[in-house]
Amino acid sequence: MLAARHEPFDGSREDRLKTQLLAAVALATSALLTACATDGSTPAPSTKIASSDKAAEKPRALPPGIDPAADMDPFPSTYRPFPSGPVAIVGATIFTGTGQEIANGTVLIRDGKIERVGAGIAAPSGYQTVDAHGQYVTPGIIDAHSHLGVYATPANQASSDGNEATDPNTSQVWAEHSIWPQDPGFNRAREGGVTTLLILPGSANLFGGRSVTVRNVPARTQQEMKFPGAPYGLKMACGENPKRVYGSRGRSPSTRMGNIAGDRAAWIRAADYMRRWDDYHAKIAKGERAEPPSRDLQLDTLMGVLKGRILVENHCYRADEMANMIDISKEFGYHVAAFHHAVESYKIADLLKENDICTATWANWWGFKMEAYDAIEDNVPLLHKAGACAVIKSDDADLTQRLNQEAAEALSAGRRDGIDIPEAEAIEWITKNPAKAIGILDQTGTLEAGKRADVVIWNKDPFSIYALTQKVFIDGAVVYDRSDPRFQPKSDFEIGHPGETR
Amino acid sequence: MFRSLKSGLLASAALAASLLAAPALAETVAIVHGDVFTEGASGHISDGTVLIRDGKIAAVGANVSVPAGARVIDAKGKPVTPGLIVSDSRIGAEEVGALGNDLTVKNADIGAAFDVQYGLDPDTTLIPIARLGGITGAIVTPVPARQGDGGDQDEVANDTAGAGGGDSTTSATLFAGQAAVVDLASGQHDMVVKSRVAMVAPMGAQGARIAGGARGAEFVELKAAFDDVRWFMKNRAGYEKGMSPHDLHLSRADLEALIPVVEGRVPLLVAVDRASDIRQALKFARDEHVKLILDGAAEGWRVADEIAAAHAPVIIDPTQDLPGDFQLLGSTLENAGRMSAAGVTVAFTSAEGGAHRARELRYDAGNAVAHGMGWDKALEAVTINPARIFGVAERMGSLEPGKDADLVVWSGDPFEPLTQPVAVFIRGAEQPLTSRQIELQRRYMNMPNGYPVQYH
Repeated sequence: MLAARHEPFDGSREDRLKTQLLAAVALATSALLTACATDGSTPAPSTKIASSDKAAEKPRALPPGIDPAADMDPFPSTYRPFPSGPVAIVGATIFTGTGQEIANGTVLIRDGKIERVGAGIAAPSGYQTVDAHGQYVTPGIIDAHSHLGVYATPANQASSDGNEATDPNTSQVWAEHSIWPQDPGFNRAREGGVTTLLILPGSANLFGGRSVTVRNVPARTQQEMKFPGAPYGLKMACGENPKRVYGSRGRSPSTRMGNIAGDRAAWIRAADYMRRWDDYHAKIAKGERAEPPSRDLQLDTLMGVLKGRILVENHCYRADEMANMIDISKEFGYHVAAFHHAVESYKIADLLKENDICTATWANWWGFKMEAYDAIEDNVPLLHKAGACAVIKSDDADLTQRLNQEAAEALSAGRRDGIDIPEAEAIEWITKNPAKAIGILDQTGTLEAGKRADVVIWNKDPFSIYALTQKVFIDGAVVYDRSDPRFQPKSDFEIGHPGETR
Repeated sequence: MFRSLKSGLLASAALAASLLAAPALAETVAIVHGDVFTEGASGHISDGTVLIRDGKIAAVGANVSVPAGARVIDAKGKPVTPGLIVSDSRIGAEEVGALGNDLTVKNADIGAAFDVQYGLDPDTTLIPIARLGGITGAIVTPVPARQGDGGDQDEVANDTAGAGGGDSTTSATLFAGQAAVVDLASGQHDMVVKSRVAMVAPMGAQGARIAGGARGAEFVELKAAFDDVRWFMKNRAGYEKGMSPHDLHLSRADLEALIPVVEGRVPLLVAVDRASDIRQALKFARDEHVKLILDGAAEGWRVADEIAAAHAPVIIDPTQDLPGDFQLLGSTLENAGRMSAAGVTVAFTSAEGGAHRARELRYDAGNAVAHGMGWDKALEAVTINPARIFGVAERMGSLEPGKDADLVVWSGDPFEPLTQPVAVFIRGAEQPLTSRQIELQRRYMNMPNGYPVQYH
């Protein structure tokens, strides 16, 4: 079972590696390759010698790695769901993540997917029955803002891999290349019911780099965690951090207006880059000769945003700055998936709703810097009331373990202040809405038939401080069981330390 | 002028109350039908009355008669507890984290002598916000300057950028200064209940850095410092004449400040997490005959029996469960419960130094309960225990006759997020349940047409 799960590469991956090896050899011998690469298929190696003055020659494909469209997934997911059989969770109070609360509910899981959810459904024969009477069931929690793995514990200079703070634009870096899968924080988060995380670069830069969505499973490599098919994100940052980091070095940006100018300049270059590649591919498709633009990893990422393949995850605290970022997105033709931290979203809930932008924020964090001074506990309830997409996230290895409590604190503040929201809706702040914010709602985030069976069983109402996860499922497989040490994985780091027997 | 007259008046009244209310008015208040957790000799009274007179608790019990003219608050069976006290706090000494605080000193001549009481601001917006979490008191504690640790791993990692105190280039002193107990009443000029309640000294890796890089050096320095204080106590006249037997490393002010510590009257509060460091701290306190408080104690559960035997109380964050560094490898959510079961006196701090997020204190207590601590023990950890540890139990921490009437009426279990305080009293004065954050929430909850919110 383990061998199957951790089989390093499937056949296609091996083929790809061979291809790349051959291509490298071909390159080394000054050979160019012929094949149509514009459709993203893997080019076939060739030993045909290029001859630049033959106008009638067929259009040439580029060597691997030169055309950004040739392989948009060069570090592909090798995640495989863990072994599982059909499961029937019966008797629970279920928060479906779609606004429904079901008493005495059943969740049927089969082939790693949610098969059926409803009241009073008996466990079919052949299903392992989990008696959850008196307990609660929710979708797996999704943390839409995490730095686990890239700012791992133990925290020191050696594990500080989240901010490539060397230039205001580092769109070329990818968070996945900093992820240390042995970060003990992943295990703690899983014990708190977190099944999916968006791992982001830090906020030192205007463009921090690509984020990556991972399944929260123990793994040896980041590829074994990558959420198959999840879109990439681009971390952007407004406000104090970029202007402080670069202003202190005597370079731009040193002001908020410098931030905006830096953003726009980058999008202008990206738009131009996209036009050049589009022109190139159009000519090649028509059988014309064309000189390929030089590939630029930084601009690749920004082009991915402009083409709608990469989601913008924008760190931004103040309402006025979010409005500026929305205008930039319209100027250059992209959409902001979510503003992160966004403690002033409540001031512009109408604008965020109108532009279909999620807010990923906290309930309790405030005042640690000026742009967090107007944070209020009611931010999320006010957004919810206005019909805008609201997400509770952690940005923190401690808080990620207790996102249900943070949601409860927001819910309670709202009720205190006259915004009465049912728990069945509030659970969406840590399940459905983060799935939307990071582009995976079609796959997880709610308990609906056909979705990945990411499920948490709680001993009590998850809005209680005393609620503890009992079992956590990812793709139908038990990944954590509070009553069974066999399902309480420890990272390599924890082995042989006092923490091992904590 | 555009908003309804009623809400405008309410807001104005609230504002006036928060700015002008005189504390501890001589109002007599009877809170009846409370599920009263006295945290004192009377224990738990499931249908009790708390009588408040002249700012003090006048009586507590199941059969307390309500005097004529008293204002009666019917708690309707809901919990009534002492006001919560957050330990290891920055409330009153910090407004915006990144802008620094009044708790960190980088002055070689003022370490032990640093006294937080002079830098406190009762007008800080943190106070009303903490009160909404049922917090009525805090132990405001110096934050040691960082020394040679290269600063944060990354100051913009998770956006708690530049929280006060950090400076990797400035020399830090062996002692970080003296803590104070405060209360969080509105409209007061002096929030200090008692000053100089503990002397702070970082140990472990932080102490080692201050002493030049190694733990062994710090203990040598600490012992030398205590010897100097003892010499100073015996030879004041000689000191005045410049007749020191050797170079005294501490300034006169620091020597003076350490006398109550050396005499065992004021506890030494040491920041220490690793089990072996805790043992060394306990041994040091034993050898030097000083009272000790362990602050941090992430691996305390591993040496809980020794801590209990030494009668050393601990201040912990019960949610600390990650191996954030090599001193924290044994961190576990069960730390609070295990130490409590071993007989250790436990008090809680809250996240990020119990300042902006101090209102999470009650959730921290709830998490401790969820992971094995008795509910009663957890309530003690945020009420009577810190009062005892810091020497103010004659005034705070429990509902007993003669004590300050600091109490909270809750809508349910105080540790539950879905519970809110219904009424908060500090020294007998009912506190306004509002804050700058609630003002902002009200302002944006119903967006006006026409003129912007700033007019409303």
